[in-house]
Amino acid sequence: MPGRTPESRPEAKPAASQPQAKPEVKPSDVIVNEKVEVVQKEEKPVAEKISIGELHLSGCTGCLVTLADNYEGLFKLLDDYADLVYALTLVDVRHVPEMDVCLVEGSCCLDDKLSVEELKQARAKSKVLVAYGACAAYGNITRFCRGGQWNQPGHESYVPISEVVDVDLFLPSCPPCPQAVRNVAVMAYLLLRGNDDQKNLATAYLTPLMQLAQRGDTACGCDLMYDVINQGLCMGCGTCAGTCPVRAITMEYGKPNVNRDQCIKCGACYAQCPRSWFNFDVMNNYEGIMDAIKGAMQ
Amino acid sequence: MDVLGNYKSAISARSTDKDIQKKAQDGGIITTLFAYALEEGIIDGAIVAGPSDEPWRPEPTVATTKAELLAAAGTRYTISPNLYLIKEATRSYGLDRVGIVGVPCQIQAVRKAQLYPIGMRDVDDKIALALGIYCMENLSYQALEAIVEDHCNQKMESVKKMDIGKGKFTVYTERGAVSQMPLKLIHKYVQPGCHVCLDYVANLADISSGSVGSPDGWSTVFVRSMKGNEVWDGAMAAGLFETKPMDQVKPGLDLVKKLATEKITKNQKNVDARKTVGLKADGTPKGLRNPYESP
Repeated sequence: MPGRTPESRPEAKPAASQPQAKPEVKPSDVIVNEKVEVVQKEEKPVAEKISIGELHLSGCTGCLVTLADNYEGLFKLLDDYADLVYALTLVDVRHVPEMDVCLVEGSCCLDDKLSVEELKQARAKSKVLVAYGACAAYGNITRFCRGGQWNQPGHESYVPISEVVDVDLFLPSCPPCPQAVRNVAVMAYLLLRGNDDQKNLATAYLTPLMQLAQRGDTACGCDLMYDVINQGLCMGCGTCAGTCPVRAITMEYGKPNVNRDQCIKCGACYAQCPRSWFNFDVMNNYEGIMDAIKGAMQ
Repeated sequence: MDVLGNYKSAISARSTDKDIQKKAQDGGIITTLFAYALEEGIIDGAIVAGPSDEPWRPEPTVATTKAELLAAAGTRYTISPNLYLIKEATRSYGLDRVGIVGVPCQIQAVRKAQLYPIGMRDVDDKIALALGIYCMENLSYQALEAIVEDHCNQKMESVKKMDIGKGKFTVYTERGAVSQMPLKLIHKYVQPGCHVCLDYVANLADISSGSVGSPDGWSTVFVRSMKGNEVWDGAMAAGLFETKPMDQVKPGLDLVKKLATEKITKNQKNVDARKTVGLKADGTPKGLRNPYESP
């Protein structure tokens, strides 16, 4: 500015023209106190947290949104139990890092070399690989893809991720429930960081979801016929019809009737059915486990 | 776990509400508890076995008034797939606190939906009251029709009340006729899924209730969970139930325990028998799926 000298700028004035008051505590005290505080705030929770990542393959991002649908619960998870080390849009990390738990969303497109490569990296770099959502576990609606779609008409070979890598745990449904992924995250934390009792609880809780991953990578409303009714196990409770995300199941005279053209093959009905599995060791303790999860999220 | 499950107290009780007594199967426990919970805002609505367009076929219904509860009172000896509405109640009906009544397997399904909410989005913390009813076995609607119309020789639409007790299946008609058949004859009609059930008195309910163990017109009530305890204490304080200690009623808790043991022992044998029902090429047994071991 014309006519203005550098000396007239207030910032340029020497700061310490007056004698400073004597500090109430000695500088050495302050340093020690600050150090202790830093140690408590930073290292303790970080050291105990597990790391979770989300690998996004051929899915609609609904599974990732579901993670965020825990709302304040997601912040609690990230504050106390898990670091999110890899996720589309949420984490600024380009390459698949090492992690404790990898949630894989979407089926794997064999025509996309990068998908196959990233999935293999995720398997190699994670302790627990979760097929997160129905596309990863069973193919879901990508089972209906025959190519020709915008904007990758050449992509037509979509397989559940367990056809490419070994999968430890299935979390079916489309989308999976926020509460289900929350429970799995808390249980994974207890499994990897908890005491012996907590490890036992987490193992018992996660076992059926691990067994589900061993059962196979196809799902359909037909499972209710093949593996429940045909096996003489259905008692008509209505759970399958209640859980179906696309309302493809109705109850007719106390038994499920599946509209197979409407079924998206997400596997929710069978996994939710009390006669697909019912583990008394966990269920009999429902009150304690639900209180524990509720307590962990407060 | 004991065959009767964990419980804080076992009481013989009946409703003091005359309207409910008239409609109730036995002590009117479930209807009264839901009416109380609705009144107090403990629940916004309850999933119950409401009426349908066919006689004695229950249709799962979300009841939000005492009149709707009364329309659903009384036992229908066939399947009401109440879990059908559990997510619907929280979404389409917008209920934040849901009550649900069910037989033991349905209460198991409720707890699984809460602990493993695979497709049950936002349901787990909205189950405010899960009431269980005792169940030995259940029948398809067509089986019930066969029993009432073929064996008891009464039209479904003319039946006023059906009851099971003292080894008999009894049908009371509007015009005063009473038809009976021995309970053991209905076993061939029981749905197969009931043969692997290992729960008689709804061990996982907040409160469970049934006629067995108490005198006619009364019910035996197990108060099980913290939540159940609060609701029961509240209803008692409001004077909604007349009660007697279990050790002062006939036939008493021993009969409940006897029937529970019988059911669970028999069905555990069925579960075990499934393991060796078939034959492998090497001569070893081939089994059917066991839901209590793996999916």
